[in-house]
Order: sequence, then C-alpha cells, then structure tokens
Amino acid sequence: MRITSPHAHSPGNTGDVMKQVILATIPGLIALTYFFGPGSLINVIMMTAACVGVEAAILKLRRQPLKFYLGDYSAAVTGVLLGLALPPYCPWWLVAIGAISAIGIAKHLYGGIGYNPFNPAMIAYVILLISFPLEMSQWAEPRTVLTESKELIGPFSALSHIWFGTPFTGALDAWTGATPLDTFKQNNSLLVDQLYASDSLFSTARWAGAGWEWVNIGFFAGGIYLLYKKIFTWHAPIAMLAMLFICACIGYDNGSSNSLGSPLFHLLSGGTMLGAFFIITDPVSSAVSNRGRLIFGALAGLLIYLIRSFGNYPDAVAFAVLLMNFAAPFIDYYTVPRTYGHKKAKRATIKQES
Amino acid sequence: MSYSASSMRKVFDIPGGVHPPESKEQSLQLPLGPVLLPQRVVLPLSQHIGAPAKAIVAVGEKVRTGQLIAEPQGLFSVGLHASISGTVSAIEDRPIPHTSGMNAECIVIESDGLDEWVALDECEDYTALERDALMAKIRTAGLAGMGGAGFPSAIKLNPRADDNIDTLIINGTECEPYITADDTLMREQADAVIQGTLLLAHLLGDPSTVLIGVEDNKPTAITALKKAAAAIEGQCNIEIVDFPTKYPSGGEKQLIQILTGIEVGSGDIPASLGIVCHNVGTAVAAWEAVRYGRPLISRITTVVGEALDTQRNVEVRIGTLISEVLEQNGFNADEAARLIMGGPMMGFALQDADVPIVKTSNCILAPSKQEMPEPPPAQACIRCGMCAEACPASLLPQQLFWYSQSEDYDRLQAHNLMDCIECGACSFVCPSNIPLVQYYRASKGAIKQAAVDKQKSDRSRERFEFRQARLDKAEAEKEAKRQARKQAAAEAKKLAAEKKEQELLHPTATPVAAEPTAAAPAVVADPEAEKAKLERALSSAQNRLDKARDRVDNAEPERRDKMAARVKEAELKVLDAQNKLEQFNSADSTDPVDAAIARAKAALPPQAKLKSNIETLQKRMTIAADKLSIAKTEGAATVDALQTGLDKMQGKIAKLQQELIDLGPEPALEVTIKAEATPDPAAAAIERAKAKAVANANMSPADKLHDQIASIEKRIAKTTEKVAVARAEGSGTADALQLGLDKMTAKLNKARADLCELEPELQHKSALKDEPASEPDAASAAIAKAKAKAAATATMSPEEKLRDQITSMQTRIVKTTAKVTAARAEGSDITDALQLGLDKMTAKLEKAKSDLAELSN
Repeated sequence: MRITSPHAHSPGNTGDVMKQVILATIPGLIALTYFFGPGSLINVIMMTAACVGVEAAILKLRRQPLKFYLGDYSAAVTGVLLGLALPPYCPWWLVAIGAISAIGIAKHLYGGIGYNPFNPAMIAYVILLISFPLEMSQWAEPRTVLTESKELIGPFSALSHIWFGTPFTGALDAWTGATPLDTFKQNNSLLVDQLYASDSLFSTARWAGAGWEWVNIGFFAGGIYLLYKKIFTWHAPIAMLAMLFICACIGYDNGSSNSLGSPLFHLLSGGTMLGAFFIITDPVSSAVSNRGRLIFGALAGLLIYLIRSFGNYPDAVAFAVLLMNFAAPFIDYYTVPRTYGHKKAKRATIKQES
Repeated sequence: MSYSASSMRKVFDIPGGVHPPESKEQSLQLPLGPVLLPQRVVLPLSQHIGAPAKAIVAVGEKVRTGQLIAEPQGLFSVGLHASISGTVSAIEDRPIPHTSGMNAECIVIESDGLDEWVALDECEDYTALERDALMAKIRTAGLAGMGGAGFPSAIKLNPRADDNIDTLIINGTECEPYITADDTLMREQADAVIQGTLLLAHLLGDPSTVLIGVEDNKPTAITALKKAAAAIEGQCNIEIVDFPTKYPSGGEKQLIQILTGIEVGSGDIPASLGIVCHNVGTAVAAWEAVRYGRPLISRITTVVGEALDTQRNVEVRIGTLISEVLEQNGFNADEAARLIMGGPMMGFALQDADVPIVKTSNCILAPSKQEMPEPPPAQACIRCGMCAEACPASLLPQQLFWYSQSEDYDRLQAHNLMDCIECGACSFVCPSNIPLVQYYRASKGAIKQAAVDKQKSDRSRERFEFRQARLDKAEAEKEAKRQARKQAAAEAKKLAAEKKEQELLHPTATPVAAEPTAAAPAVVADPEAEKAKLERALSSAQNRLDKARDRVDNAEPERRDKMAARVKEAELKVLDAQNKLEQFNSADSTDPVDAAIARAKAALPPQAKLKSNIETLQKRMTIAADKLSIAKTEGAATVDALQTGLDKMQGKIAKLQQELIDLGPEPALEVTIKAEATPDPAAAAIERAKAKAVANANMSPADKLHDQIASIEKRIAKTTEKVAVARAEGSGTADALQLGLDKMTAKLNKARADLCELEPELQHKSALKDEPASEPDAASAAIAKAKAKAAATATMSPEEKLRDQITSMQTRIVKTTAKVTAARAEGSDITDALQLGLDKMTAKLEKAKSDLAELSN
C-alpha cells in the first residue's frame, strides 16, 4: 500500500484512551471501597475479568485477532464501569449475566467495538435491574451510619457471600441499607431539614448523603482529569450536570415536604457523576458534534431528574442514557457544525441537490 | 482572539488544529548551503496548476541559464527556463514528483559546466514602469506559488476589476513540521522579502493593509523582517504579524482567518474578500524577476530527516534530481523509512529518488524508521471525536469516515466533505490510527468522478432521447409519404382504369395530363402547408425589402450604393419567393398553360442573371457537343440522348437570349438575334405559351413534326447567321454555334425522316378510312389505329404479322422512293433524309422477309 499524508501521527491509540478512563475511576472506586467496604472493588475486578473473558470468547467465535482487539481495552472499561454500577456484594452470577449482556448482547451482536448504538454497561445494568430487582436494589450501608454492633464487611466474608451465598454474620445491617435516593423518595411527610436531621444517612453526611457525596466527588475528580487529558469534551457532562442543577432548583420547593431534593443532593447522589463523566461521555453511543453533545447531555440530565422524581426507580442514569442513545443519531442530523466558509450549518438530513 | 506580540494587531484563533512536534531545529543548525551545479537537469513542463508549458526548444539545441525553454500555453499556465547552460538532450516523459508517481513530459538539459547566463534585463526602479510591463516581467519569469500548490502567480496579481483588493498577506507561516525553507529565506534575505512585498503591493494597487504573517516559533526570522522593514520605514505600512504556532495556520484560508477574522466562503477565492495571499518565496522570486530580470530557476529546499548525515537548507537549481541532492547530504537509504516531498503532514511519499526538484519543492524529508514508523493497523472508530476537535474546517471527520466507508456520497456532501483541506490533523490525532484523509481523498475522487459520469450520462441520455425523437419523426414522415403514395397509386390506377374504359367507349377522348395529375399529390404531401410556407417566405422577403428601402432612404449618400445593392438583393429574393409561390400555385392547378403563364410572369430576372445563365449554358453546350461528336464518331448508343440534351440546351439559350433582348434597355452586343421588343415581355411570353399549348393540343404528330421542322429550319437560319457574325468577329462562340448548327441540321433531318415514315401511313390510313390526311384529331386517330392494330396483331399468327408488316413496308418504300425522286428533281434538301428513311425501311423489309422465311421453314 502506498503511504500518503499525513506521515506523522500523534502518540497513543485507543488502548491508551481506555486506560486513561480506567485510571480516572480510581478516586471514585477508593471512595466506594472506603465507605461501603470491598464490595465494589471485588465487583470491578470480577466484572472486568468476566467482560474480557466474554470478549475473548466471542472474538474467538468471530475469528477475530484476539490480541489486536483486546488491546483496545474497551471490554475492560465496560467491565470497570459496570462493576462500579452494580451493588456491592452482589452474587457472582449477577456479574456473569451482566458481562454476557454487556459484551455479548449489547456490543458484539451489534458488530463489536464502534458499532454499538447503546452503552453496553448500561444495557447490562438495565437487564439486571429488570430481571433481578431484589439483588439489584440491595446496597450496603456506608461506614458513617454503622452502629457499635455493626462492622464494615471484610473481604473474606464478602467473597464467601458473593461466591457461596454465605449470610453475613454480625454485620447483616451493613448490607441491607437504603440509599439516600431511596430514602428521599419515600419521604412525604418531613421537611427536608427534618429529614436531614432525623435520618442518619443524611445526618452523618456533610452535603448530600453519607458516603455517596464522596463517591460522586471522586468520580467528578476523575472526570476533571479526563477533561484535562482531552479524552472527551466538556459539553455532554457539563450540560447534563447543569440541566440537573436547574431542574433541582425548580423542584426544590424551598425544602418543603414535597421537595424533590436540593440541587446539591441531586448532583452528589447515586450515579450522577459516574453517569456524567463516564457513561454519557461514551463516544460510540453519544452524539458526535459539540452542539449535539450539549443537547444530548442536557436531555440526559432532564431525564435523570424526571425519572428520579416521578419514576418508579430511585436512580435513573441507566434509563436516561439508554433513552438518549436512541435519540443520538437524530440529534446528529440536526447539529452538524458550521463548516469553515459556510454561512450556516447544514442539516445532514438534507441530501445534496443533484 | 488575542493580540500579536510583534505588531499589536488583533489575531484570531482558528478552530481545531494540532501541535505535532515541530522538528525544525535540526535543519537550522547549518547555514544555507549550496548544491553542486548538476550535470543534468530534468525540467517537467508542468510544475504548476494549469495547462503545461509548451517546449520551444528542440533536442540538440544549446541553451543558456535563464533562457525560456517552454512558453506558457494560455493565461492559466507558467513558462519554464533553463536552470543550467548546456544542450537539450531529450524532451520526453520522465518520472516527476507527484502523488501518483506518474511520468510527464520533461525537458532534459545536459550541463556544459559553464553556467553561462542569458543577458538579464535589470530594472533599477520598477515604479517607473507601466503596470503592464511589470506584469509582463512577472509573467515571463515563470513564477508559480512556491508554498506548495504552484498556482500561477501572475493570475493572483491580476484580480478581477470588481475585486477591490485592500489586503495583501505574505505567508511566512510555514506551519508544517520539519520545513524551514521559508524560515531560512526570511532570515537570509529579509530585505528581498520586504522589497518583494512592496513590489506585489505596488502591483495590486497599494492595498491599505500589507501583512507578513509568521508563526511565533520563528523569532529570528521575525526580527530580521522587522529590521528590514524598519529600514524602509515610511515607504509602505508593512506589518510583520506573529501569532501562536499551530498546525495548519499556514493554510491560505486559515491564515486569512487568523489575520483578519474573516472566512473565505466555500468555493470562493480570497480575492472576493479583497484579500490576496502570496508565499514569501513567491515575493522574493517576483522581486528578483523584476529587479534583476532573473527568472525562477532555483529555490531554497529543506533537506531533513534522520536518514541524512547533513540536515540543512540548500539553494538548489530547479530540475536537479533529488537523488543527487540526497547524496550530497549523506543519505543512508537503508535507514530511511520513506522519502517524502513536502512536510510530514501534507507531503507525499516518493516512489523514486530520481525525480527532479520542482518550483514547489520546499522540503525533502528522509525520516528514519524510528522517526516515522510504519503506521499501525487501523482500529475501529470509537467516535471519540478527537478528529472533530482537531479539524480546522469544523467538519465532523468521524461522520465523514463513516459515510466514506459506506460510500454514501449524498451524506458526505451534506457534511461538506468538499471543504476538507486535507491538512491531516484528524488522521494525526486519531487514536485508532485510521487513515482518515485517505478515505476523504478517495471519496472526493469518487464524487468528482460521479459528477463527471453524471454529466456524461445526462448528455448521452439527451442525445439518445433526441435521436429517438428524430427517428420517430422520420418514421412518421416516411409512413405519411407511403400512405400518400399508396393513395396516389390507387387513384392513378383508378384513373387509368377509367381512362381505359373511356377510351374503349369513346376512343376520341384525349388523355392529356392525366398522369401528372395523379402523381401530383404524391409529390406534395400537404399542399396547403407548402403554400402557407411559401407565402410566409414571400411576406418576410417583402418585409425585408421594405426595410432595406427605408434604410436606403435614410442613409447617407456615400453609403447608398452599398444599400442599393442590398435592396436589389432583397428584390431578387422577393421575386424568387413570388416565383416559387406562382409555380406552386400553377402546379397545383395542373394546368400547363397556367404554369407557363406563371413561369413567364415570374421570369423577370435582371439581365446579369440571364447573361450568366446563358454563358453557363453555352459552356455546358460546348462540352455536350464535344461529347456528342465523340459519341457519333464512335457510333455509341448514347448519341440520341446526348443530342436531345443538346437540343434542349440550345432551346433554352435561345429562349434566354430572347428574354434578355426583351428585357435589355440596350441590345446586347453578342446577341445577334433580332427580335421585336414587345412592351410587355411577360404578356408576350404568355401569348406565345398559350398559342403553343393550343397548337400542341390540336396538332397531329405529323403536324407537330412539321411544326418542329419549321422551327428548326428557322433556328438553323438564325444560327447560320450567328455563326457568320461570330466568325467575322472572331468570337470564341463560333465553333460552338457551328456545332449547334450541325446538330440542328441533324435534328432537322431526323424530323424529316420521321415525318416521311409517318406520312405514308397517314395517307394509307386516310385512303382506307376515306378521310383527309391532315385530320384535326390525329392523336385519336393514331390511338384508334394503334388499337386496331393491336387487336389485329393479337389475333394474328407471327407469320401473318410478318406478312402484314412486309406488305406495309413495301407500300411505304414505293411511296418514299417516289418522294425521293421528286425531291431530287426539285433539289430539295430533304432528299438525304428521305433517302435515309428509305434505306431504313428497306433494311426493315429485308429483315421481315428473312424472319418470315425462317418461320415458314
């Protein structure tokens, strides 16, 4: 093959990009592990291994070069993100089903890397959430709310619980806690201030829920790092966070018993920051232009808020992202940027006059 | 937007862009070096955009350095000069530096080692020169944009009248990594850059803004330029503007955006914004061409890359082979990953080092394998969007890639693929190592090809449709004609049948002009349309005539003659049209008399026309007569036919001459026939035609013959007279006339012989029927006779027929013999003719007799 310009190439490849993403999850993962025990760490390790295993198996089936495709680290990223999203100490088979759903169904059935219209991790999350609602809604209690009799779950009891279903001894309550989002959703009698004072999940927290605020801050820090590294642009995450903030401002209702939560509460609860910087920034399934990403992010933020406030599920990042994945091609058609030398942007839907 | 550090001028940012390693230091360590005078140069005829130059030297010709060896073909072309002195050794296809690695026509010069220059036309003060003279200097210096594209410089300096140029930008950006040719030029020849800039500004009518744009990674060059500009302070407001280094700031459109904040519209040229952009190299070349008369025969080229021992800039003669340049800089072919002409972002890989340096060669890059490794295999696009971030044209490269893969050309165009400048920034940043620019190039090519194909197919479709329509029309016309003919044939048949019937019932009915009547509708498919057409032609001719007359009336006296000629022409056309219409009408009426009248009426051409007609006819007659005499001597079968033709011609000439006389205000000299000039020639002709027609209708064949004989005799008399006159005058027509005379005599003899043959029969018949020989209705009699004979012969045996024939012959012979004797006695001139007829009859009789004898045996 003749080599044509450009002859120079920037260092780095897709694998490097993915490694950066994995690296950026570390602060969030540390926070999760600190507040909820080793469950999430185990999840991440197991899920990453499972995803890479499924990826390798399917590549083998598809007779694709293993080393070349595994070298892009995309399966590992999916594994890490799904592992972070799953509740800690979930049984092993949940992990296995999740890996098959993410890599097998959401990715390779659509043609492999670059061709998946939906975020694989979120597809797997939603499959699991709908199929196994009980297992998927059991979240561990953060260390701040533990009483004298309760201990943070250790790695060995965690592993035996995950693999053999061994019940936790003496630390049962630490496993079956509710998340701040659940608590807030179920509240319909107390003022926000009263709720914050009465519930230990809030009373032991600084801004928005014990443990969760730090987890979100961790992911936020990772996101800022990725922005600094120019792995993605600011448009989608900032638009999503801004929209969530605005919606929360509107729905705060001055902290009444009908309040839908403060802006800070929404920004620092559940999967907000993980979604904003690690999920909706998934380039494959999001909009392509900067303008498109602004719209994509903003609408995702709106959906997250609406589903959190009025839907049946306490958290909504997965649903919001999947719904926006549907809309991405449509957004793309209407958000082609204005090219140099053109007075205004074209619509990609308008075919050339021939 | 920020401010330039050097000039306090606002500079604007461009979207996208990348920061590849600059790699400019290595070639700047050594000063500008020379390249040895090459033993041979290869000069491609096309080193620019546009039509290739045309060689004006021949193989074997001696040339001197700077001599024009190929001239531009048309405006959008650039001339070529010998870069060394020596002998032209070949003009042939050689490999040239081109993306495709193709061959093209080159002039090869073998050096004589002397480097003898042509006399150069220096110019101390170009401001004293006319603009045209200056432009001529630029045009003849072979200047093409030296930044890379090779656009003919003279064209850019000659903007359209409605493009009001207010900004001249000199591009010293050199944003490509590795290349330092412009940097070196600005450092070493800053004065020439400034002078060249002034010159270009002067040529563009001193635009209000003159900028030299340089990236801020060339501080030495900026300082040098500033110093040089300060030296001529006050002459021109040249601003040296520096701006942040970013690839591809040096693209013309990008530089304009950086310096002015304006974008050049898609498909537009900068001149439409009042901006002209030239490379610093071009400015210097223009300055040297004007100041020193030195054409573009050398340039500064960066020779760089880790596969070279010496990395530096060299001043090299155009046409020097790259292999030679590399060799002089210690090229290690084994280490080199590839050989690139241009920079690493937009340069192209060379297949072969034996290609020449051309006017646009700003860099020879020979990177080592570590420096520029083979590109890794491309991974899948994850739509990360880094390419879109890098694109200076704000395109969506990942979408373009997507649609390129699926060959969705409509969507590619909707995403403005054609606005891609192929800078390579997207490919540079792509983490999946996708060769995006290659996809775009391929798609652009396909789109262009598709456009060409579409145009072609449109054209051929139109052609096909047109042809189909034409064929259909022709077929329809043919069909209509066929139908008309069929109808006409049926009618003719019917008529013929009727006629036959009538003949059988009333043998006296005259079958005059039945056939032509039947045939007429077949010839003219739609008489009404034809008539309308003719009428239209007539009215338009009439209009033109009226107009011409009006104009003559209004014209100045000296032009009247000319006008009069035109009026005459118009008059002729009107007459012609009238003539045609009349003819048509008369043909329509099928009355030969009317037709003759019409013809006579229409026949009013001016004398000149008649005369020329006569002359032509006479010429033709001479030729025909020659032929006839040859045929006669050879006894050819065509004699009769030729004779008839000749007679006709004579008749025509006589008629024309007559008409000429009728028309002529003074008798023509060469016309000796005395005819009475009637006051109304047309009427006379009509009278004659009428009389003739009446006479013809009533005449028997014998009478007709008599008539003919009489007329021929008259003509012979006249012609004899003419011959005498012609002979006396020594005219050239005498021979022709004599020939005509001979022929007429021959014809006369023949007519007489025919008459002889006819008359005995008539007499015989009249004897039988007891009718006078000269009965008024000879034709019907002849028909009746023929019918009777036919009826008789039908019932007769061959023997009887022959006997009958012999009897009749014998009777005729007896009669004719008597006549001959009588004629001899009288000394009549018909004796010979009678004798001839007698001989013929005798021969026929003999034959009949012998036939009979055969039969009876």
